[in-house]
Amino acid sequence: MDTANAPTGTVAAEAAIRRDRARTWRIWAVAALLVVTCVLPFVMGDYRVFQFTLAFTYALALLGLNLLIGFNGQFSLGHGAFYAIGAYTAAVMIHQWGIHYGWTLVAAGIVCGVAGFLFGIPALRIQGMYLALATLALALAMPPLLKYKAWEAYTGGVQGIFINKPHAPFGLPLNPDEWLYFLSLGVLLIAVVVAHNLLNGRTGRAMMAIRDNPIAAEAMGINTALYKSLTFGVSALFTGVAGALSCIVVQFVAPDSYSVFLSITLLVGSVVGGLASISGAIYGAFFIQFIPNVADAISKAAPWAIYGLFLIGFMFVMPGGIAGFMNMVWSRLQRQLPLARRRGAEAGHTGRTNSKT
Amino acid sequence: MEIFLQQVMTGLANGGIYASLALALVMIYHSTNHLNFAQGEMAMFSTYIAWTLINAGLPYWVAFVITLAVSFAGGVVIERVVVRPFEDAPVLNAVIVFIGLLVIFNSLAGWIWTYDIKQFPTPFGDHPVQLGNIFFRAHDFGAIGVTLFVLLVLWAFFRFTPLGLAMRASAENPVSARLVGIRVGWMLALGWGLAALIGAVAGMMVAPVLFLDPSLMSGVLIYSFAAALFGGISSPGGSVFGGFFVGVAEVLSGTYVPFIGNDLKLIVALIIIIGVLLVRPSGLFGKVSVSRV
Repeated sequence: MDTANAPTGTVAAEAAIRRDRARTWRIWAVAALLVVTCVLPFVMGDYRVFQFTLAFTYALALLGLNLLIGFNGQFSLGHGAFYAIGAYTAAVMIHQWGIHYGWTLVAAGIVCGVAGFLFGIPALRIQGMYLALATLALALAMPPLLKYKAWEAYTGGVQGIFINKPHAPFGLPLNPDEWLYFLSLGVLLIAVVVAHNLLNGRTGRAMMAIRDNPIAAEAMGINTALYKSLTFGVSALFTGVAGALSCIVVQFVAPDSYSVFLSITLLVGSVVGGLASISGAIYGAFFIQFIPNVADAISKAAPWAIYGLFLIGFMFVMPGGIAGFMNMVWSRLQRQLPLARRRGAEAGHTGRTNSKT
Repeated sequence: MEIFLQQVMTGLANGGIYASLALALVMIYHSTNHLNFAQGEMAMFSTYIAWTLINAGLPYWVAFVITLAVSFAGGVVIERVVVRPFEDAPVLNAVIVFIGLLVIFNSLAGWIWTYDIKQFPTPFGDHPVQLGNIFFRAHDFGAIGVTLFVLLVLWAFFRFTPLGLAMRASAENPVSARLVGIRVGWMLALGWGLAALIGAVAGMMVAPVLFLDPSLMSGVLIYSFAAALFGGISSPGGSVFGGFFVGVAEVLSGTYVPFIGNDLKLIVALIIIIGVLLVRPSGLFGKVSVSRV
């Protein structure tokens, strides 16, 4: 607060040094994690590789959901519907028209982006709980729509569609599972970078301003309607590409895989991972990919009971999700780590630093 | 013409169920402005309790009353323990908690009673009743009767009893209600209890028709939301009207609109929900709410 004081200047400088060091640490940690992720598929069994691949596609979908819920404050209980649209776009293009699977990712992104943008326009008039209800209805209506007779010739009706597993291109020495692993990882990384840049720019600030105070945001000249429906579109785009990827990875789509419970699963992932964060999408994805496997051993109903308990439990004790928790731990560590030498001399100022950061 | 009347009759019977559950939704909306997404699963759980009691050899109506009592107590406990901490929290948190409840009840029912489909008895008999040239099941009549009876009792409760007045007051103006000595927190809990009770009635009326399994209410809940919104989610009478309307609309559109048929009936609910929210968010009979910014 009192920036005029001379000692506070040094405190601010210290804080800057800490931030710089923390950033260096963070970059190293991410780099190490990336190296580990690239080595993993060569030391794991094929099934594990497949599970990780699925987790990456979930992370991509959750990233879309986080943009919408966490950063823009619009609710969706129906993102499973966009996941389904993406998956079916890919499946129909590959199976019916023999198009290369790489292009289907682009197509699924475009189709879902447009669908999300269009759904986002009426959603402008619907707020809070009502939006949750409207999107829940959308999720419930998806499986019957996919089964519908009129387009059974394309979608395969209740039976769904099988597609073939793609092989690694350019003669890369990877088996199909490993190739899909790296493909999903690559798409996820691109999406993370895109989301990061989007959020750290003008657009991201506008999105968050709308979330925090829509009226003030509008008064400041932000085109609320445009940004809200755009966010819906971008969010659906991410989730749609994730759906297409999952279809290529699983090599199968059927209407009943995209029930309302898929949408709830995505919500669980978002909440557990941390709604207003990018890294939360990744934590959440691993949660919804691996926890059910563990819980299935107890009972068929156990995964859902656990999901429910986690949803309520996180709202009680950790509304920021795992990402929020990690950030807390991280900032505590950050205060401990550097400048240990000078701490004795400047002990009086550390308190003020804390209140400032 | 006979087919048409027959369809309308079926629609009204379904509508009675939607109306009851819509009434439960209105109950909670009225006092807290929350849409309770777990209402359907709570009703389903109550129905399983009734099923267990009946299978243990209790007469139907005894089991009915016990179930209502248990559901009421359950609703109160849920409000006190789970919902209350989120009373003033952002909408987002409340929705997430409701979804959590939905999932927990669904999986608990599956865990305890398995996912097998069960038969549920009807107290009105399954024999067909003839009225002019059209036939329908005695149960349909009974279900409509029970719904209207519940509505009447509720109306009397809110209109003529001091407790009902206190509940209305705390929904209308919590601050002033607290100032005149009403325990607003407990009134909200009572509202949840009543909603759970009404939901239990709806569950026990729909189970003989749809058969009992953990996903009994997922479709019904969406129609009930459509009903409540259509009639006006702040108006109990309106939501009952909405229930009957949605029931009839669902059956008639299934029969007479060629591309909807039996498969796309759920779309009707989606269209009603989004349509009402876009065109007239307060519904037909609801109060238009205005808020200062």
